[in-house]
Amino acid sequence: MNAQTAFKVERWTPASRGAIGVVGLVALVAAIAPLWLGPGAMDRLSILFVYVILAVMWNALAGYAGLVSVGQQLFLGLGAYFTIKLADWGVNPFVAMVLAAFIVAAIAVPLSFPMLRLRGGEFAIGMWVVAELAHLLVNLDPLVRGETGTSLIALNAFDAPLRRNLIYWLALVSLLALLGGLFVLLRSRVGAAIQAIRDNEEAAASVGVRVTSTKRLIFVLAAFGVALAGALWLATALTFQPKAFFSVQWTAYMIFMVLVGGIGTFEGAIIGALIFFAIETWFGAAGVWYLVGLGATALVFSLALPRGIWGEIERRTGLRLLPVGYRLQIKLPGGAP
Amino acid sequence: MSALAVEKLDLHHGLLHAVREVSLEVARGEVVALVGANGAGKTTLLRAIAGAHRPSSGRILFDWQDITGAPAHRRVGMGIALVPEGRRLFASMSVEENLLLGRMAGRSGPWNSERVFQTFPNLAARRQAKAGTLSGGEQQATAIGRALMSNPALLLLDEVSLGLSPIAVDRLYESLGELMQSGTTIILVEQDLGRAMRVASRVICLLEGRVALEGATAALPREKVTEAYFGLNREAVPA
Amino acid sequence: MINTLVQGVLLGGYYALIAAGLSFMFSVMRIINLAHGSLAVLAAYGLFALAQYFGISPFLGLLIVLPAMAVLGLLLQRLVLDRAMRAGPLVPILATFGLAIVIDNALFEMFGANTRSLGNFIGSLSYDSVELPGRIFVGELAIGTFVLAVLLLGGLQLFLSFTSYGRAIRATAEDADTAELVGINARRANAIASAIALVTVGLAGAALGMRGTFDAYSGSAQLLFAFEAAVIGGAGSVWGTLLGGIVLALAQSIGATISPLGFLIAGHGVFLVVLFARIWLAGGVNGFLGRRA
Repeated sequence: MNAQTAFKVERWTPASRGAIGVVGLVALVAAIAPLWLGPGAMDRLSILFVYVILAVMWNALAGYAGLVSVGQQLFLGLGAYFTIKLADWGVNPFVAMVLAAFIVAAIAVPLSFPMLRLRGGEFAIGMWVVAELAHLLVNLDPLVRGETGTSLIALNAFDAPLRRNLIYWLALVSLLALLGGLFVLLRSRVGAAIQAIRDNEEAAASVGVRVTSTKRLIFVLAAFGVALAGALWLATALTFQPKAFFSVQWTAYMIFMVLVGGIGTFEGAIIGALIFFAIETWFGAAGVWYLVGLGATALVFSLALPRGIWGEIERRTGLRLLPVGYRLQIKLPGGAP
Repeated sequence: MSALAVEKLDLHHGLLHAVREVSLEVARGEVVALVGANGAGKTTLLRAIAGAHRPSSGRILFDWQDITGAPAHRRVGMGIALVPEGRRLFASMSVEENLLLGRMAGRSGPWNSERVFQTFPNLAARRQAKAGTLSGGEQQATAIGRALMSNPALLLLDEVSLGLSPIAVDRLYESLGELMQSGTTIILVEQDLGRAMRVASRVICLLEGRVALEGATAALPREKVTEAYFGLNREAVPA
Repeated sequence: MINTLVQGVLLGGYYALIAAGLSFMFSVMRIINLAHGSLAVLAAYGLFALAQYFGISPFLGLLIVLPAMAVLGLLLQRLVLDRAMRAGPLVPILATFGLAIVIDNALFEMFGANTRSLGNFIGSLSYDSVELPGRIFVGELAIGTFVLAVLLLGGLQLFLSFTSYGRAIRATAEDADTAELVGINARRANAIASAIALVTVGLAGAALGMRGTFDAYSGSAQLLFAFEAAVIGGAGSVWGTLLGGIVLALAQSIGATISPLGFLIAGHGVFLVVLFARIWLAGGVNGFLGRRA
């Protein structure tokens, strides 16, 4: 490059500035939505928020930290379980939900030490085994009453409309906080470290990136987010049946959302969650064929369209709405960018 | 009567243009030395002839058959065998097992394990040893033996003296002496210019992916080859 | 107690049987096939369908199911695993997981929620037992499964060590690029390895169905057992797989005497203990904490 070429390093594109504006607007509208939404719609939206959280968290772990876990239901179940425990001890159920997520994050820290030493498939299934073990141990607690389960009875103290609103707002706030936090994190130095690790772990380590600590951060963050999602799910479902929370089906959903949306892209996880939500709304009643379809789609996408829908859009158009990277714009001597 | 013909071959490593429009011909039974500095494209060219590197453009003809699209394992069946740079033995398998693998292509001919052990007598005692435990010279002998087991019509030797002591190299070339007279077509890449010109009847010198010089070793004085090797006499390449 | 231990060892034979295919595929292709358990259940259902609707005894049914599993292995390699391996380290996990979901739910759709068993079709073999000194009764089926596991593992070892295809598979596993240069068709070697792995999966499915019950979603549990047995024994070692199966089964059997949930808890527990111990031994306390020495 000679002295005549100038270049700019940008983080935002015009399209992405617009997108952030839209997100802000949507968040505002969503916040006041309870004014006109009926109970059914609010329930569904709360569930949508939970799905988005799950997708974004699984994407953070797999797409950014390169850790494919088939056992995230571990945190989902534990988040719900600790919510039940805390509520049983008299803690306000909504406070219990958030507190439970912190407890699970605290558990995730020591867990990360041995688990992060595992590679690839070993890590994936290792997490699944830990999830199974947690399921069994939770079943031992008499409060849970085995597979019959128990309920978040404390929620009944609130009358239905208020309870619904509170759950909705907590879900929305959790979603925005997690999304926002992750977005900021990925645009920081830590984010650069994460992407360096994803591209080439050894090279990243050789330039001083603290690989394991960075992965640990993402691991614990994902645990927190998934646990919070579990607590929220419990609030919408009211009953805690361990089998439903510790089921590997949840991982199937997360994998579907992220693969179809676009692994490793922020926008992709959100889109994947929206698609999954739509499919579940329309086809969920179709029973088991719906699950076959999910699995087959995940299989086909992983082989044929590994970048997912958003990944393909990004690749073909260079469109970035929620950018976490950098763009290099080079001005050649002729003047064309 | 050419056994191998390469026509305007282009080879890339990603964006790097490693071999540029190279054409050459090797007659049956010839021993050709392929020389050039590191990075000149010699290994890439050999790998392309063996089928391990797909050309961006150009053709490779073996016994007048276009083999450009043929996968590597099929070319071994046709009679092309490569002794790769760095030997690339299967370290967890024994010498004998490495040799036996050479038979996978199923070509018939005079070579078998016993003949390999006769050609490289120092190997016979290490028959069952795991390939990873061998010395450099023994490894090289095993790698060559493995290629010979496929009874090749065209043998490609990539830097067989690399990493070996002078005595080991001498021993190796001594063992290869008979092979070189046997009528097998051989292309060898060799850093040691003197040795290369002693064993080969023709030399091709590559520089930055192109053929810089080619001719019979008897007719080419050493200095001319050295000049071509280092690119001392070429015109400045336009920016 | 002795009885518990004996039953445990024999159960270990079954685990070794189902772990063999998973371990084999991993050591050859570096893929952990998450659909492994589901494929075993698929084979079990195949034998069930042949017995239930065509009156073919499961032992004869194997003559149909095993070749079908081999073909399935070839197809699996060509259509899924070849592409998955080339696409990066994450893809095989995602693709095989998707496949497992498809198989599990398709089986549920076809056969319903009832648990099934092949025990009804093998006559008295499902409960015949032999008496050992000390008033210990061991099932003939359990002994047969154990013996089959040993023969299979031995057979795999012999195949890999002494046949030309076995050598080709080992070479491809070590260095596929050089294997091609030596004349080995790497894709074919991997396809044959997959076919072999799936035949062992078919045998494991038969054993699963004969010794107990299964339903459409049993695949997950079988995968976890196979994985745990393989890892406890040390991935890549043929006889390690047998040892791993036995250790897992013993832990489970002993755990079962303590509590009904103890069976599974002890199994998962011993797996994690062995896994973490291995990490500890590899790097000491610092290694455990992930710090460089």
